[in-house]
Amino acid sequence: MATTTLAPRAATYQGRRSWLYGWLTTTDHKKIGAMYIFTSFLFFIAGGVMALLIRTELAAPGVQFVDPETYNQLFTIHGTTMIFLFVMPMNVGLANYIVPLQIGAADMAFPRINALSFWMIPLGGLLLFSGYAVGGAANAGWTGYVPLSAQGGAGLDLWLMSLVLLGMSSVLGAINFLATIFKLRAPGMTLLRMPLFVWNTLVTSVLLLFAIPVITAGLMMLFIDRNYGGGFFDPALGGNPVLWQHVFWFFGHPEVYILILPAFGIVTEILPVFSRKPLFGYKAFVFATASIGALGFSVWAHHMFTTGAVYLPFFSFFTFLIAVPTGIKFFNWLATMWRGQLRFSTPLLYALGFISLFLIGGLDGAFLAVVPFDFHVQDTYWVVSHLHYVLVAGAVFGIFAGLFYWFPKMTGRMLSERLGKWQFVLLFVGTNLTFFPQHLLGLDGMIRRIVDYAPNPGWTELNLLSTIGAFMIAASVVPFIWNVFTTLRGPRNAPDDPWEGNTLEWATTSPPPPYNFDSLPPIRSERPLFDLRHGLTGHGPAAVTPQLPAGDPADHREAAQ
Amino acid sequence: MTAEAPAMGMAHAESDGHVVPSSQGINTALLGMLLFIGSEVMFFAGLFGAYFNARAAALAQGQAWPPPGLENVIEPGIVPVLATTILIASSFTMQYALRRIGKGDRTGMNRALAVTLIMGLTFLGMQAFDYYELLVDHGFGINSGIYGTLFFTMTGFHGAHVFGGVVGITIILLRGLAGQFSGRHHVAVEAVSAYWHFVDVVWIFLFATLYFLK
Repeated sequence: MATTTLAPRAATYQGRRSWLYGWLTTTDHKKIGAMYIFTSFLFFIAGGVMALLIRTELAAPGVQFVDPETYNQLFTIHGTTMIFLFVMPMNVGLANYIVPLQIGAADMAFPRINALSFWMIPLGGLLLFSGYAVGGAANAGWTGYVPLSAQGGAGLDLWLMSLVLLGMSSVLGAINFLATIFKLRAPGMTLLRMPLFVWNTLVTSVLLLFAIPVITAGLMMLFIDRNYGGGFFDPALGGNPVLWQHVFWFFGHPEVYILILPAFGIVTEILPVFSRKPLFGYKAFVFATASIGALGFSVWAHHMFTTGAVYLPFFSFFTFLIAVPTGIKFFNWLATMWRGQLRFSTPLLYALGFISLFLIGGLDGAFLAVVPFDFHVQDTYWVVSHLHYVLVAGAVFGIFAGLFYWFPKMTGRMLSERLGKWQFVLLFVGTNLTFFPQHLLGLDGMIRRIVDYAPNPGWTELNLLSTIGAFMIAASVVPFIWNVFTTLRGPRNAPDDPWEGNTLEWATTSPPPPYNFDSLPPIRSERPLFDLRHGLTGHGPAAVTPQLPAGDPADHREAAQ
Repeated sequence: MTAEAPAMGMAHAESDGHVVPSSQGINTALLGMLLFIGSEVMFFAGLFGAYFNARAAALAQGQAWPPPGLENVIEPGIVPVLATTILIASSFTMQYALRRIGKGDRTGMNRALAVTLIMGLTFLGMQAFDYYELLVDHGFGINSGIYGTLFFTMTGFHGAHVFGGVVGITIILLRGLAGQFSGRHHVAVEAVSAYWHFVDVVWIFLFATLYFLK
């Protein structure tokens, strides 16, 4: 370990290989992380174009330009792309780049497996989208409920293969992160001194490790049903269609935490830095993250209340229980900002947007935990609104917060604050305009996943608002792309630690050299860089002069608090 | 390395008692294998879940399980029992190989690995024979209703994992023959043996469930 973290900046081998060859064959966690981020952003645009097509069709009642079959394929591929090819690889990309830096490691534990995990992503995307070339992509929704998914053409088989491949990529990635976090931490980096982003990556990896194989089994079963005359989900052969829902949601509910926990981690990194205060309740955050992960495995059937096949009080109770650790996180975020000297830079704006809008998504999710209410809004736009509030306003805001926060570290260049704020305003307003009206449509009984809707009073207006909002979200991506493009062409203007960060990634250069660190500062708290700037006295209130007893320096900090 | 640290300026020259060097504790590659086995456990848990779901549904509706006409198809006859014995025994030969290399005995490890490999291949051969009998003599296949689907999916995926283990054993046997392992450096043997034991344990549960519990 010490050999790798303290290695002098190694002279990289300069062969006659081309720039492209270097990227295609790299096992450097930073380059792989950058490729993950770039690839998933392309899929974000592809999924976003599909969302625009969906919303354009829904702008007015009637079937205008998308026929029902195309519409079914659109929402299926949109959902699958956004979840498996955008949010998940984007989170993995950020973690790939940042986690080894934050724990003071030189690379991931298994660099070549890391490269393998990445290259499965474009291949999985290719499989998914090639459905369009073989007579129609998958059309059974991202949840692929049987019996619909047992019918249909080759597009569904490609969808199944694509998800199996992407799942393998996730499992290998999870193993890699766990081995990295458990084995490659720098001296002094105990588990309870790890940055919260690393903790969230750890819990996410555990969820992936145990949830993905279950859906892989389910996908295999469906593949056998479709191609080899199997009877898993066919009642005529003694099978059970509800089994698919059990298997799917046993994966599917941990999956939603897999999507959101990295965003929690990013926001928890950003708030103390931009409030210029220590994080409030570090251990409570760790506890809350672990409990959300554990409870995530006990609530899958709240997606199945109306099947009549699950014990409602149990799953309803545990669903409500998840609000407790989530609430702990919310109050700790607020307490972290309380009386802080807030710097309203773009990363903080996105973090605040995340907190305020994820709260809405969390609350309308708590509504869904109420069984009678769930029966009322089952399969309506209430559900669509809920899942987009937690995924767009949650995961996407968290991702942009992270991208703006770490972009200087990754490139050595500061993104434009002006363009970043324009983007934030457009995205914030657009998200609410798109998804808030869907709450009302859902309460009014508008069913999801249908190309057409009745011109009931108010429905046309609310849908039009939603469509306008969707175009605002699309417009918000333009300043981002322009921002990244012009910044990358500009000079290297970012210092090593532009935000006065707390964690180890800011101790190295921007961008970091191969193998990351020439040397590391002492790690005696969860904020080694703060300690380096301010010494041990910086932890308590300014008026208190701590009396440092002799002994372990780690104890000084406890005494000072 | 710590001794050299002060020469490089801002380095953690002093230890504060919380050092986590990778030389301590479990080997990183072995940890990776154990985590992978953890995910594999969940994969088979999904298949077992499907089995007990179908079984419970049939029994709850007052139907027979196995379904009528298939009561005596899956029987612990001579071939499955022999195959099971061989697979369980191969776990012991695998562990013996690990023990030999732990003592620096390369030849002993290679011999034990070769025996394990042959036993693994024998298991796969007997499984193929069992499949052949079921398909040809009983007309019982993956499309013979939920019972056939479950039997062939579960044992088929297990067989695929045995094949994966056989590939792993072949690789470490070839590496062993090339003299790449020693008493101190044989983490690949440990990893493959952990995987082989896992495959064995899954079969014990499969055998108990499919052949006896039904």
